[in-house]
Parts: sequence; C-alpha cells; structure tokens
Amino acid sequence: MASSTEAAANAAAESSVAGRGPFYSWLNQRFPIDLFVRSQLTEYYAPKNFNFWYYFGVLSLVVLVLQIVTGIFLTMNYKPSEAEAFGSVEYIMRDVSWGWLIRYLHSTGASAFFVVIYLHMYRALLYGSFKTPRELVWIFGMLIYAALMAEAFFGYVLPWGNMSFWGAQVIVSLFGAIPGIGEGLVEWIRGDYSISDITLNRFFALHVVALPLVLLLLVVCHLVALREVGSNNPDGIEIKKLTDARGKPLDGIPFHPYYTYKDLVGVGIFFIIFAGIVFFAPTFGGLFLEPPNFEPANALNTPEHIAPVWYFTPYYAILRAVPDKLTGAALMALAVLIFFFLPWLDRSKVKSIRYRGWLYKSFLAAFTVSFIMLGYLGLLPAEGTYVVLARIFMVIYFAFFLLMPIYTKLDKTKPVPERVTSHG
Amino acid sequence: MSEVDEGRRKFLTAATIATGAVGAAFAAVPFVASWAPSARAKALGAPVEVDVSTLEPGGMLTVQWRKQPVWIVRRTRDMLERLPALDDTLKDPASESSDQPSYAKNEYRSRKPELLVLVGTCTHLGCLPKQRFQVGVGEGGANWPGGFFCVCHGSKFDLAGRVFDGSPAAANLRVPPYAFVSDALILVGADEAQTGAA
Amino acid sequence: MGKALRHGVIVVVLGAALTLAFGTVVAKQGAGAWREQMQANNDINSTASLQRGARNFVNYCLGCHSLQYMRYSRVAEDLHIPEDQLEANLMFTGDRPHDAIMSAMPAKDAEQWFGRPPPDLTLTARARGTDYLYQFLKTFYVDESRASTTGVNNLALENAAMPHVLADLQGLQRAVFNVERAEDGTQVKVFEKFEQVTPGRISPEEYDEFVRDTVNFLDYASEPAQLRRVSLGIWVIAFLLVFTGFAYALKKEIWKDVH
Repeated sequence: MASSTEAAANAAAESSVAGRGPFYSWLNQRFPIDLFVRSQLTEYYAPKNFNFWYYFGVLSLVVLVLQIVTGIFLTMNYKPSEAEAFGSVEYIMRDVSWGWLIRYLHSTGASAFFVVIYLHMYRALLYGSFKTPRELVWIFGMLIYAALMAEAFFGYVLPWGNMSFWGAQVIVSLFGAIPGIGEGLVEWIRGDYSISDITLNRFFALHVVALPLVLLLLVVCHLVALREVGSNNPDGIEIKKLTDARGKPLDGIPFHPYYTYKDLVGVGIFFIIFAGIVFFAPTFGGLFLEPPNFEPANALNTPEHIAPVWYFTPYYAILRAVPDKLTGAALMALAVLIFFFLPWLDRSKVKSIRYRGWLYKSFLAAFTVSFIMLGYLGLLPAEGTYVVLARIFMVIYFAFFLLMPIYTKLDKTKPVPERVTSHG
Repeated sequence: MSEVDEGRRKFLTAATIATGAVGAAFAAVPFVASWAPSARAKALGAPVEVDVSTLEPGGMLTVQWRKQPVWIVRRTRDMLERLPALDDTLKDPASESSDQPSYAKNEYRSRKPELLVLVGTCTHLGCLPKQRFQVGVGEGGANWPGGFFCVCHGSKFDLAGRVFDGSPAAANLRVPPYAFVSDALILVGADEAQTGAA
Repeated sequence: MGKALRHGVIVVVLGAALTLAFGTVVAKQGAGAWREQMQANNDINSTASLQRGARNFVNYCLGCHSLQYMRYSRVAEDLHIPEDQLEANLMFTGDRPHDAIMSAMPAKDAEQWFGRPPPDLTLTARARGTDYLYQFLKTFYVDESRASTTGVNNLALENAAMPHVLADLQGLQRAVFNVERAEDGTQVKVFEKFEQVTPGRISPEEYDEFVRDTVNFLDYASEPAQLRRVSLGIWVIAFLLVFTGFAYALKKEIWKDVH
C-alpha cells in the first residue's frame, strides 16, 4: 500500500544520488552521507587565499589519528605496573616485531603534535581567527590544548623512567601549593603517599581511555563550531559578506576538491619531515626522548636537571621565575588561562596582522620571542642570569595579553579590502 | 582559463591514489606484523629437553611445552606387540587424518618404537585424558588393551595414541615435533636436535 | 613570500639568534676540557667492531654486569654470528641462545663485595652517552686514598665502586692535577694529564680500539633497531617524495580552475 507520495519521495532521494547505485541509495536514505558530503566538502566554501599557516589544522587531525593508532598498538604490549612498565617498553623496542617503529612513531608524534598545535594557534594570533564570530572555535581549541597537555603529561609518566617519575613527582606536588586543600589534594591525585604503582595505573587509564575520549569530543565540537561560522583567512575578511546570485561566497571555493588535494600535499611534506626524525633522529638530540628516562624510576636518585619535555618548558620557566611556590604555580596556570580571554582582550576592529598597526606587530613579535626564550630557559637550570631573563620574558609574555585592550585600541590600522588578496 | 586537460587530471588523480594506497598498505605492515609471536613468545615456546634415562619401562612422564602437556611413555615389548591387533577397533589405524610429523606416521607413531611422545590433550574438546595402562582394568572393561581414557566424554586411545571406535573424539592424539639429542635426551618441540638446543 | 610569512621568518630568526647568543654563554669552561679530547667516535655500522666488542664484553664485563634486555640470539642475528660460533665464543654460562644476557654473579654478593650492585648496562649508552662510557673505561687512575677499596679512582665517575678490570690491558696510570683558583675564590683541582705507572699488555692505540669496540657494542645493545632504522628511513622518505610529487602535480592541475 505504498502511497504515491512515498514513492515520489523515494524517487527524489534516489535521483539526488543518481549514478551511485542502489546500495548507496539504501544507505543514504538511512544515514546522511550525501548531506554530509555536500555540506562539509563539495558545497562548503572556504576562503581561496589560505596560505602556509592553514595546513596545521588538518595536520593536527592527522597526528591525532596517528597517536591513537600507535597508542592502541603500544597498549597491546605495555604493562602499566611499577614492576613491569619500564621492561615492557624495552620489550616493545626489542622483542615485538616492529615494536621499535611503533614506539618511535608515538614518541615523535607527541612532540609533533605540539609543534603543529603551536603553529596552528599562532595562525590565530596572526590573522585574528579567535575574533568574533569565532570565539567559541577558539575556546574549544584552548580546551583541546589543555586536554592535550594533560594527555602528554600522563603519557610521559607511563614508561616509568627516572624522568617520568620525578617529573610526575614535581608537577603533582605543585597542587600542594593550593592553600588549605593542597596536601590532601596531592594525596588524592596520587592515590598514595608518593608517586607509586597506584598512580601509574590510574594515569594509564586516563591517558589511554579518558583523555582520548575527551579529546575526540572536543575536536568534534571544535570542527562543528568552525563549520558553523566558516573559516577565517589571511586577510581577515568575512567571505560570506559578498556572495553571488546563488549565495556562494565570491571569494570562496569548495573545500573538496581544492583543499582536500592541497592538504594532501601538506600531509605529504609533513610526513617527509616526520619520517626524517623517526628514522634518523628519534631522540631528537635528547629533546623528544630524554636520556635520564632510559634509566628506570628511582625514588632515591633524582636526575641532575628535572625538566619537563620541551613543549612544557615555557610554562616551567614561568613557574620557576618566582621563588614562591604558590605564586609560581598561579602564574603558570594564568599563563595558559589567559589565552582563553583573547577574543575579549583584543579591541581592534581589524582581524589580520596585514592590516594592523605597528603596535600589535611589535607586541606580537616580542611575545613570540618571549615564548621561545622562555621555552629555552625552561630547559636550563634555574640559576643566576637565567632566572633574571625568565622574569623579563615572563613580563613581556603577560604584557602582550594584559596591555592588549589598550594597544589594540590605540593601534593605527590600515583599511581592510573588500575582496581577498592573494599572497598579500 | 584554457580548457581542462582531463587526461592529465585523470592520470594524476590515479597516480596519487595508487601511490597513496600502496603507501597505506606498506604502513599497515608493521602494525599487522607486530601481532606475530614476539621474541619473548618464541623464547618461552622454545623446545624443551627431557631426560628419559630414569623412565622405567611401562612408565610415563609429563612435561610442558608451549603450555601444553606432553607425555613420554616408555613402552614395554608387550605393549608394542598388542598394537597391530587393534587396527579393526580404531577409527584411524594408519593415522591418515590425524596430526603428527612424518616420522611418527607409522605403526608405532614414534621415531623409536620404545618411546612414545604425545600431546596429552584429547582431540575431542581438549580435556586431559587419564593413564589407563593396565590390561583389562578400568572403564575399558575386560578387553581393555591398555591406553588412555578421557573422563570428560569417554574417548579412548590406545598405547600409540590412536582413537578407538565409539569415542566422541575423531582423531588420534597429536604427536608434537621431537628429536633425540641422545638416547637419554629428547628435545620436544623441534624436528631436529642441535647440541645445546635452539 | 607573504608578508605574514616574512614577518614570521624574521621573528623565528631573531629568536634563534638570541638563543644562539645565550647558548654560547651556557657552555661551562675548564673542568671538563679533557672530555673533548676523549670521544668515543664509534662506528655503529662496523660489524667487525661490534663483534669484537661483543667478545670483549663477554670476556671482561659479563662477570658482573648483565644486559638484561638483550638476547644472545638477537646479538647473533644482528652481528651475523653463526650459532656455533655464538655458543663457542660468547656463551659460557649454560644459557640457551634465546635467553637474556645475564651475569652469573648473585646480586647480594656483588653488593657485599663492591658496596653497590654492578648496574645493568643495556641502556647505559642511551642514558649516559657513548662518550661517557669511553671516558669511564679510559680514565681509571691510581689513587692511594682509595687503597682500602679498589685502589683506583675515575675521572668520569668520581669514587667509582668498580675496580679497574682492564688494568691488565691498559696498565696503571697516575693523574696529574693542578690547583687553580675558581671564580668564587675556592681552590679546585683541575686535571692536566695522565702519567703511565705500569705498562699494559697492549699498546695505548690498541687499548683505545678495545674500548671503542666495547663501547660500540654497548651502543648497539642500547638500541638494536638502529642498525636497520636508517636504511629503512631512506626508502620511506624516497617513497614519500614520489607520493608528494604526484600530489603536488595534481594540486597544481586542479587549482588551475581557481581565479
């Protein structure tokens, strides 16, 4: 008793995917494949002037997938107990077929993730991608960054090397600086009176299950929020303002095939550099895999310099710049949190650095140098001139944010064009 | 813009996809291969040396190889002489459809008649059959020639590990690879013995 | 080059320049100058050297030190040592080839005799570096103040618990120190040179090679995969270049439609 309207609807659905076959039509009636492909790929219009800085979003996704896949295979052979963890990593490196490669892919991937993410975030600072209407994209992105830092921290503890142990000891004890609840909180995090087998096991659960799920959820939210408002571009122009007769942005091009194929090249180049590191320099001079971590955890023997992995060192430098534990920890936390407020700190009407004045450019340059220098200082012992330098760069770092409402308002901006420019 | 060179586009698309697919296949290899037994698994599953010098005639000892029980029986002349007569009561007297190395596919199912080496796992559903060497004693009844009896579901095997008719088990007991290092030393788990083992 | 990219490059270059400027300030002077002259310079790709090193290790080190993460069979495979030679020359303890290379010395006894158990050496080359290992084996010197224990001291590891196991080969040497005034006014001993006290069974050059081979073997033991990793990497990158080449050509072709 199929009604004619039902038959017509079926025919319409099938004709919209004409030439795709009956199986595809069956699937498409029950799952929005076609809708997804059109709205996210072939009829999603992205600005046509994306440059080098726009590769890092898709590269972040690639590294995320890489970490998950290699992580799963590592988990097949890793043992999360104090007695076996260190040995199980060497088991993977030697006894498991290709285990060494899976391990290096994961350890290099962790550092690559931060390189990519920092460059991805820097793009936002250059082109004002955090500004309205993309504040939520930025917030989700910052939440991803925070979750990623936690994920990396927990992951680093798992090999149970000497740096794993002492790094965990130092960072967890920071929470003890919180007045009142501090000591109890630290014991609760550890589950024990010191970093131990119990702590290792729970960090394992967080690293392998909890945080990856959180990360995936946040990435989905980040992409949904982005697709809702559309991408920014190097000129900081809203391409949806100028559309043709059919509503397609004049300066937009379909994501597929233009950016799918362009991103493929970016992915290829990324993998070449990545493979270079994995196969020729997996420890990357001791920055990606640190020498003290090739010794098992020893509660009675601290490494000469306890330093976190390179991607945390800017914040570590800020922590150590101040002699007081609580103030140092608070400033370190603030250094990350302050990023969340960027959309509201920036008072400029202009998005892209191409049309901003020299005030913003100078502050951004100073911030960039400070971030890099703080990172470098975080690798060194906190003595003498290094501490003084760390303090100076820390002040510049915070000034970038705290003075922003003032200098972005004062800044003499240039007129923003109506249409995108190519390689301005 | 000048007209689109469809041929070039098709070629480049095909080349890129083909190279990408090959790359993906190569990339999958390490992950799939990582599931193969590791060096540790191979070490733990390495052949086991068994000293049978103190094994008395009619006696049996059990060792473990790759977590399986392996029986070694020193058969007496009587035990060996009783074997040929059993052929009619067996499902597979010539071991055509059971699992053993080529050197055990004979009437005694062993390299040397005197020593029998078997995997002590019932070929029905995997229980451990019990030793029933005494003639006419036990579940086999008065005509029982001696062998093994599996209490789980009643399968019976003779003193060459061959399965009797009427048993739920379909195949003879498995013979593992083994070799003689010397008269008193059997290497279970390898077809050839090297001095000092592999 | 896009303006933003240009600015980005300027910033990165500035940062790198500053970094380098401070980097030169970092290097500590004086106390470690002899380390620059004593570097391992081992050739991980020399199978002959690795084989000699394996033999050296088994004969001189395995008495006390284990390589708990290395299997004999792996050494034989990677160093192209046939199994009969493996068992004849490298295996003395009754172990099987697939076993780990473990010292026969009981840990409790070792601790009693030496004050601390001899550490496992599988990962020492990665944890401390090949130069450190080389320097350790080369800088034992006679020290009367340690007459009650080993009678020797070591420049690389002060008050090392280990005796000079290779004294037979290197002979014994005395260290000459100069007393200097440090920045903060205190007096410090600065190493100047060694003087041979008793000669070794082999020449200094032969001893250097002995140590280098041993350190080379330990370098290999700390990461056996390194023997394959580089050659494999070349193929991977070559393949990726082909792929990226096609992808780039395709991208350029498709993007002709834009503008």
